[in-house]
Amino acid sequence: MLTLIAVTTIGIVRVRNLFAVAVLTSIYSFLMASVMLVLDAVDVALTEASVGAGIGTVLLLGTLYLTKTEEARPVHSVALPLFVAVGTAAILIWGVSATPPFGAADSPVQLAGPDYIQRSIAETGIANVVSSVLASYRGFDTLGETVVIFTAGIAILMLLKRAAPPGAGGKD
Amino acid sequence: MTELVKLGGDLASHYNQWITVFLMVSGLYIVIARGNMVKKLVGLSLFQTSVYLLYLSAGKILGGTAPIIDPAFTVYSHPLPHVLILTAIVVGVATLAVGLALVVRINEAYGTIEEDDIFEQDDNRP
Amino acid sequence: MRLDVILRVVTKFILPFMMVFAIYVQFHGDYSAGGGFQAGVIAAATVILYALIYGLTAAKRIVTATMVEAMIPLGVLIYAGVGVVGWLTGSNFLDYSHLAHDQVHGQEWGVFLVEAGVFVTVSATMVAIFYAFAGRGRR
Repeated sequence: MLTLIAVTTIGIVRVRNLFAVAVLTSIYSFLMASVMLVLDAVDVALTEASVGAGIGTVLLLGTLYLTKTEEARPVHSVALPLFVAVGTAAILIWGVSATPPFGAADSPVQLAGPDYIQRSIAETGIANVVSSVLASYRGFDTLGETVVIFTAGIAILMLLKRAAPPGAGGKD
Repeated sequence: MTELVKLGGDLASHYNQWITVFLMVSGLYIVIARGNMVKKLVGLSLFQTSVYLLYLSAGKILGGTAPIIDPAFTVYSHPLPHVLILTAIVVGVATLAVGLALVVRINEAYGTIEEDDIFEQDDNRP
Repeated sequence: MRLDVILRVVTKFILPFMMVFAIYVQFHGDYSAGGGFQAGVIAAATVILYALIYGLTAAKRIVTATMVEAMIPLGVLIYAGVGVVGWLTGSNFLDYSHLAHDQVHGQEWGVFLVEAGVFVTVSATMVAIFYAFAGRGRR
C-alpha cells in the first residue's frame, strides 16, 4: 500500500495536465486514508477520506476551472532542485535509521500513551480516547485549530467574495 | 552477507519512514522545480501528508488496536498523534484553500499562474 | 449537469443518508471514530454535492450565504463560551469539571458542547469556501 502511494506520488510529480494531478491527488488521499486505517488511526482515516479526497479535490477542481488546466513546460534546469531533494533525502534517511523500529511498544514516543488511555474512562467517561484528548485534555489546542479554520474562512471570503475587477490587469 | 541481512532488516523496520522521506522530498522537489502555482500547492500538501504518516507510524504499536477503549483489548495505539494529525488535516485543507484563493486572484490580476510569466510581467512594468 | 436524470435522482437518495451519517459521526464520536471535525466536513460535503448537482442558486436558497457566514464565528464563540463558563463555575479555562453535578458528567457535557462548536465552524467554513470558489465567474 505504501508502495502504491509512492507510485502515485511519482505520477503527481511527472504529469503536467493539472486535471490529472487533481484526480491523482484524490487517489493519493484515499490510499493515505487506507494506510491510516492500517495504522489504527480510525478517526484520522475518516478525516483524511472526507477532507483530502472529498473537499480537497472539489477545491482543486474549482480552482482549475477558474484558472488554467495545463502546466507550462519547465524552463529551468532540474539539476538544482533534484540535488537539493536528494541531499535532503540522504540526510533524513540517515536520521531515520536512528529512530526506534516500527511498531515497538517500548519506544520513547509511547511513554504518555497508556496514561491517557487509563485516565479517559475514569475522568471523562468517554471510550474514544481520541475524542477525549482532542476536546478535553488538549482543549486549548483544539480551540486554536478552530480559530485557524475561522481565520482561513474569513481570509477566503475577503479574497474571493468581492466581484471580479472590471478592468483587465487591475489589482483590486 | 550479515551486512546485507542487517540492511534488509533495517529497511523492513523503517519502511514507513523511508516512504515518509520519499513523499516529503517529492513535495519539496515539486515546490522548488515547478513554476505552476497549483502544482506548488499540491507539492506543499504532499509534504504535509508525509508528516501525517511520520506521526501515525510513530504512534502505532504492533498488535495494538485503535484507541477506543473496549474490555476485549489491552494494547492500544498512542492517541496523541491521532489528535494532532486529525486537527492538522482540517487546518491543512483550510490553508490549502487560502492558497488556492490567492492563486485565483493572481490569475485574475496577471492572466497566468506560471511564476516565470508573472516575474516577466513585473519586470516589464514601468 | 442539471439535466442528468440519473445523477439528480441518485443524489436525492444519497443526501439524507449523508446528513444522517454526519449527525451519527457527530453524536457517536464519544464511542466510535468521529467527532466535530469529521462530521462538519461530511455535512459540508452534503451541501456541496447538492450545489454541484442542482446548481449554486438552488443550494443558496436552502443554506443561505448569510447563515453560513454567521455560523463561522458562532462555532468559535460556542467553543470559547464553554471555556468561559468553565471559568465562571470555578475551574480553569476550558476545564469542564464543574459544568455538571459531578466531574465525569461535566467532562461529557464539555466535550459534547465543544465538539458542537467545532462542527458549526468547520461545516460553515467549508461551505463558505465552496460558495466563494463556485460563485466566482471565469474571466
